[in-house]
Amino acid sequence: MHPFIYATIGGALLGIAAVMMMGLKGRIAGVSGILTGTLTESGSERLWRVLFIVGIVIGGAIPALLSTDFRPPAPEAGTLLIIVGGLLVGLGTGLGSGCTTGHGICGIARLSPRSVVATCIFMGAAFLSVYLLRHILGV
Amino acid sequence: MFNRRTGVLITALASGTTVGLGLAISGMNNTERVLGFLDLAGQWDPTLAFVMGSGLVVAFIGFKFVLKNSAPLFADAFSIPTRTDIDKALVIGAILFGAGWALVGYCPGPAIAGLSYGYSAPLLFVATMIAGLLLAKRVGKLL
Repeated sequence: MHPFIYATIGGALLGIAAVMMMGLKGRIAGVSGILTGTLTESGSERLWRVLFIVGIVIGGAIPALLSTDFRPPAPEAGTLLIIVGGLLVGLGTGLGSGCTTGHGICGIARLSPRSVVATCIFMGAAFLSVYLLRHILGV
Repeated sequence: MFNRRTGVLITALASGTTVGLGLAISGMNNTERVLGFLDLAGQWDPTLAFVMGSGLVVAFIGFKFVLKNSAPLFADAFSIPTRTDIDKALVIGAILFGAGWALVGYCPGPAIAGLSYGYSAPLLFVATMIAGLLLAKRVGKLL
């Protein structure tokens, strides 16, 4: 199948996951927010968040076990870029209250102005950063 | 049927697993593909636009349906963010997130899903991402 079809199916699954979380638990299925909760909450409020994160790992593993087509190559970035990248993604999604799932899918789907603004800014910042890295700095 | 607490735990595991499946099937877990999408000036790979497009359509329609209920099935009320102000933390946070995403090609979900492939990169990325999330708690108070 064409990558566009896989992308559309995968995207629909992300939408279904968001609707499931909203309809059953009444929560936004935002990965950065739920990950933060695994560190700051306790008891059963922590447990459901831990299970959500564990689910992401399980769900990521299943297609790769069924077909090597779904096993992505290791990232090309070196250790320094990975450390700085991880810190920036954590700091940025923490300050900005969300990431691609929370703002990009859940937030825009409920027409939240904060999420629309955040998504436009982080997409713009990412496009600009890749341009600077690849075409100006040649990293 | 099971009680509410069990329902929440099953919901969380099922929703998280669906996120992982969606990320793996769509190609979002492939940092090369993500960077190809973010590289407008290079050989632009539009694939990931389909991920966000279809995710948004499904979530938009689905939210309309489930939010017609007076409450979610396993909780007393919907916990939906109510803020509408565009503050400094939102703008600065989004800029930093976008820049960090561009460095490796990982946003939070794919980095976590990437833990299942046995590479060291996602492990290091998730560890530093958690450090960043904790740091944000302190930095947020200064803004």
